[in-house]
Amino acid sequence: MVEYTLREMMTIVAAREIKNGDIVFCGTGISMLAAMAAKNINAPESIMLFETGAIDGKLDEIPLAVADSRTMYLTSTNGGLLDAFMTMQNPITGAHVIGILGAAQIDIYGNINTTVIGDYFKPNIRFPGSGGGCDVASVVKRCILFMQQEKKRFTKRLDYLTSPGYLKGGNTRREAGLREGGPTVVITDMAVFRFDEISKEMYLSGYYSGISTQKILENMEFSVDVTRAIEVTPPTAYELEILREKCDPQRLIL
Amino acid sequence: MDTRHDKVMTLEEAIRKYVKDGSHISIGGFTINRNPMAAVYEIIRQGVSGLHLYAHSNGQGADELIGGGCVSRMDIAYGGSGKYAATCIRFRKAVQEGTIRVEDYSNFQMTLRFMAGAMGIPFLPAVSALGTDLVNIWGFSEEMRRKDSSLPKRKMVVIDNPFEGWLDTPKVVLVPAIRTDVTILHVQKADRQGTGRILGLTFADIEQAKSAKHLILTCEELVDTEVLRVNPDQNNIPFIHVDAVVHVPHGAYPTACYRYYDYDPIFLWAYAEYAKDDQRYREYLQEMIYGTRSHGEFIALNGGMERLEQIEADLEKGYAVNLDRG
Repeated sequence: MVEYTLREMMTIVAAREIKNGDIVFCGTGISMLAAMAAKNINAPESIMLFETGAIDGKLDEIPLAVADSRTMYLTSTNGGLLDAFMTMQNPITGAHVIGILGAAQIDIYGNINTTVIGDYFKPNIRFPGSGGGCDVASVVKRCILFMQQEKKRFTKRLDYLTSPGYLKGGNTRREAGLREGGPTVVITDMAVFRFDEISKEMYLSGYYSGISTQKILENMEFSVDVTRAIEVTPPTAYELEILREKCDPQRLIL
Repeated sequence: MDTRHDKVMTLEEAIRKYVKDGSHISIGGFTINRNPMAAVYEIIRQGVSGLHLYAHSNGQGADELIGGGCVSRMDIAYGGSGKYAATCIRFRKAVQEGTIRVEDYSNFQMTLRFMAGAMGIPFLPAVSALGTDLVNIWGFSEEMRRKDSSLPKRKMVVIDNPFEGWLDTPKVVLVPAIRTDVTILHVQKADRQGTGRILGLTFADIEQAKSAKHLILTCEELVDTEVLRVNPDQNNIPFIHVDAVVHVPHGAYPTACYRYYDYDPIFLWAYAEYAKDDQRYREYLQEMIYGTRSHGEFIALNGGMERLEQIEADLEKGYAVNLDRG
């Protein structure tokens, strides 16, 4: 059996969501690595787009920020923020964009918080804020969310709603005036969640080898349907080799 | 805005002339790339206070201005410095301790706000943030906005699409224009008149430049006008917007400057350590910023020529290949 870390598992699970022709809007860290893995393994014709304006660069080394000069190498064009967000917001190109985001808190409808823990005016913990996250979550068709599986993070009530998921479920996202879309999948260090087509509530769609649904539920403040869950296929030897040797040989993210 | 032919001055002069206590300012760059750091350190050295800072995603520059006690309010989309500080450390402390007031927007919204300022219109519509706390929660209260004529009366306004669903859009979010007193950019090349050339990603620098009453350019290379005008299609800052040109080699250090140098991982890790501890941060300010008279002296205290050689950009790649960044 091939040994792998949970971080590697999460990266590969996300990479598998990316298809040829997708324009991947990625942030830093694991989301960038997932996009690189997809491009090198299962979706060579996917395109990486950074909110800073870099389109389809050749990432010879892992950028440590979306503004890293490494994102600028051999791109199609080096533009600016306006270019990147127009590409996303314009439905002609935006329909092909898949976003990847992470957060401090998530609720059952996939709304996320990257702003504060505690009261907005006197926060216990301040996080960086929306960045382009709210823009991505507001306009693109598909979105991958990365989360740590912890009770305090899978919360009944967000301290601050930074980026919209399905708001209050059902049709409320559209009623608020937002584009069709919303998160497609939540990938954690234990499990994979998706959203019910009608209620838009999160449900457990997959668990990692050796992790019980009981343990997953213990690490969430709200309960979800677990009847549709199956075991997630672990990373293959080939996927791991490409991820480790080609995507992050310096182990900057993994 | 200034149409003179020669706007070259020293950094000390440019900051003293245009950055006052309480000024509304923005700085160029993004997280750990091309922030006008030499100017940031000079602002701290001059003890400027009460700034209102407008930032989409200024990481290092914003964090140092906050840490240096220069900022009292900010409009911000993102306060992070990549791997070196997932949330900028002095920014986090200042918000948690209530020493600065913040108003949160998204990156696209901030960019549109600079764009509106550049276009001379009061607002632009976005479609981001409907149904979120970016719309619902105002960091600057209505009362504060009513009393202060330098602030727009509202944070943002949701309206029905007045063109009745045209382009399948039921609602839009109007975000107010930004007009700064002064914006400071670090660019790769400029001439004495102020024509500027940014290489690589421009971030929102061009919109920021054109939304400012006064614009200071610091530049890696001060070049002859004739040189820049051979390939004018590569220039992105017209001189008419520019008030001051300052030649500061390594002026973005410790952030990166595409095709010139990389960010400095050694400095950024050390900074994260100082920033976590108030006493050590005071010592950092005292020794490295108040204790130096220029950016050159600041760099000399941080590894000097040897460090600059380590982060020197590969001419083809635009960054320092195989730099130890862990």
